[in-house]
Amino acid sequence: MAKLIVDGKICNDDWQVVPADATELPDGRLIVSLAMWRDGDERLAGRDQVGVWLEADDDPAEIALALPSLPVVAVNFPKFADGRGYSTAALLRTRYGYRGQLRAIGEVLRDQFFYLERCGFDALQPPEGRYSDTQLEAALASLADFSEPYQAAVTPPQPVWRRHVREGLAR
Amino acid sequence: MYRYDAFDQRIVDERVAQFRDQTSRYLAGELSEDEFRPLRLQNGLYIQKQAPMLRIAVPYGLLSARQLRRLAHIARTYDKGYGHFSTRQNIQFNWPALEDVPQILEELAEVEMHAIQTSGNCIRNFTSDPFAGVAGDERIDPRPWAEILRQWATFHPEFAYLPRKFKIAVNGAEQDRAVIQCHDIGLDLVRDDAGATGFRVLVGGGLGRTPMIGKEIAAFVPWRDILTYCEAILRVYNRFGRRDNMYKARIKILVNSLGIDAFRARVEEEWGHGRGGPATLTEEEVARVTSHFVDPDYRPLAGDDAGYLSELGRDKAFAAWAKRNVRAHKRPGYASVVLSLKKTGIAPGDITDGQLDLVADLAERFSFGEARATHEQNLVLADVEQSRLGELWQLLRAAGLATPNIGLLTDIICCPGGDFCNLANAKSIPVADAIQQRFDDLDYLHDIGDIEINISGCMNACGHHHVGHIGILGVDKKGEEWYQITVGGAQGNDASLGKVIGPSFARAEVPDVIERLIETYVDNRYADERFIDTARRIGIEPFKARVYTKREADRKVANG
Ligand code: SF4
Repeated sequence: MAKLIVDGKICNDDWQVVPADATELPDGRLIVSLAMWRDGDERLAGRDQVGVWLEADDDPAEIALALPSLPVVAVNFPKFADGRGYSTAALLRTRYGYRGQLRAIGEVLRDQFFYLERCGFDALQPPEGRYSDTQLEAALASLADFSEPYQAAVTPPQPVWRRHVREGLAR
Repeated sequence: MYRYDAFDQRIVDERVAQFRDQTSRYLAGELSEDEFRPLRLQNGLYIQKQAPMLRIAVPYGLLSARQLRRLAHIARTYDKGYGHFSTRQNIQFNWPALEDVPQILEELAEVEMHAIQTSGNCIRNFTSDPFAGVAGDERIDPRPWAEILRQWATFHPEFAYLPRKFKIAVNGAEQDRAVIQCHDIGLDLVRDDAGATGFRVLVGGGLGRTPMIGKEIAAFVPWRDILTYCEAILRVYNRFGRRDNMYKARIKILVNSLGIDAFRARVEEEWGHGRGGPATLTEEEVARVTSHFVDPDYRPLAGDDAGYLSELGRDKAFAAWAKRNVRAHKRPGYASVVLSLKKTGIAPGDITDGQLDLVADLAERFSFGEARATHEQNLVLADVEQSRLGELWQLLRAAGLATPNIGLLTDIICCPGGDFCNLANAKSIPVADAIQQRFDDLDYLHDIGDIEINISGCMNACGHHHVGHIGILGVDKKGEEWYQITVGGAQGNDASLGKVIGPSFARAEVPDVIERLIETYVDNRYADERFIDTARRIGIEPFKARVYTKREADRKVANG
């Protein structure tokens, strides 16, 4: 079973991400592509546990209305250096008010964990086999790389100068 | 200048720890080259021809004496005894060992410095006017705003993996000295009719492969909203900028393909959601940052210093230096001094450890402990009493920092080029040197007057060749180094892009070509007309004709 980080803890995953080109749908809890979800694949009928994953160029507005009923939304990072998913996450959390699990999938690497979490991802799913258990354990520390970031994002939602009193220079 | 508080300090300290860990994982083989690359780049670390190159941020060009001494120490300890000031007001070291970089960063953090976001596809170091706070034509001091923006952009989680690099410049004066028209975002501080502070915002300017002048996206964004407005631009760019082709990935391509009006509409739509959000600035925060940029304790002086004025009449060499390297100051009896890093025989922008130490001493003795780096790759002591200019000049002269050539032909902007840079098509430093050698007559240089020659070793345009009055670009012709020449580019309020005069030249031909271009100017100029004005008036044809006719004639003689 794949390992992922949820709210800063390592968990076993009981969801399966269904690739866009999959022909067979496995049993269990599925996260399907936007196209499959939107087109209402009949094999999804009757399953109450279905999540959606967005490709980097999918518009999160497309799922905005359904968000209250989605238990999990995932955003794919085709390459770790493709930063579109950060904006997608920020939009889902702020503009569209999504409160469920928001999961980063694809090329999700530990050196991006901190930024991913700040943009609203509470679940981080590195590629299977990319990290050993010990490495993943060590990687949790990177979530705390910076204790007081400067700017507002999804978390924390206020810039440092609203969170704390900062003194100017006394003359 | 801005001094760190506990929050600022913690961020750079935590960065050192983070990068130390990343470097050790890379060296242990846990991080692949591809995975490490963006991490090291966002820390200013390139792998170059000779060794890694470390680019250290000098936010909007400001340096304290203490920081200069630390840079001298780094040059001595980890490099070969010199550093190089870049056209983005940063300083780079060409010879550090990768293993030493975490230690260097730690030593930088001790003096409130870092290398954060000096490279990579993220928001880069902010640049601004090197005469901020002292120029007579200043509307609003850009430094507090540049600092506020710097903090906002530092580790901004949403914009760390943009389609391409992103450069922002801030100007607050009547004359733009920050090249704001050639940045991804150019911010121009202005007042509205009611006297309130805000920003005229330009977007989509840039040099590189497809040079463009920035377009106005907003005539006035109130100061409170500048962060949310920039966020709206960045978000539209992050989502919709091209990622399939690195040569089409800058924001200018997106702005151009949508058209400025459609791009503006998208930004406004986005801003409609973000405006008024938590990033909206407060008076307290602006006051806090501004408190770091109040005037130093100037002495009340009546006016121009009599001793200085008479010295100008007595000493020709001193007068020549003062004419080019000393600038008027907003305060009576004070002046700003430009230290030339353009001595013939030294790569433009290079400075030794000893010179860095000396500049630190001089900053303390003459200019309230501060210096500035310019995008023309020189240094500035901004607050010198006129009565002490003679003394300062002697000290600078002894250290090779008083070449009286600021704004003259030999004050060449030049990227590191093929001697150091992996991306180069051609060398640039030897070209600058050959031109400086050719034009070694100071009287002639002063007669030619204001002219900017900018040299880049490749299309990336780090040497800003497009906006040089004469631009020189290294090109690759079947594996050989050639140089393409442009005429008529300019920075400043009436920025323009130079036009290519024709087929490119071998390196040995370049000084001749420059000579022909200068002759064309001298023959055609009106009294007191600058090179760029003549070039604009007569167009490139006369320049072209002179250069290529002469070249043909030479070839015939040679083939005789
Ligand atoms: S212009 Fe090209 S050669 Fe020069 S420093 Fe930039 S990338 Fe290197």
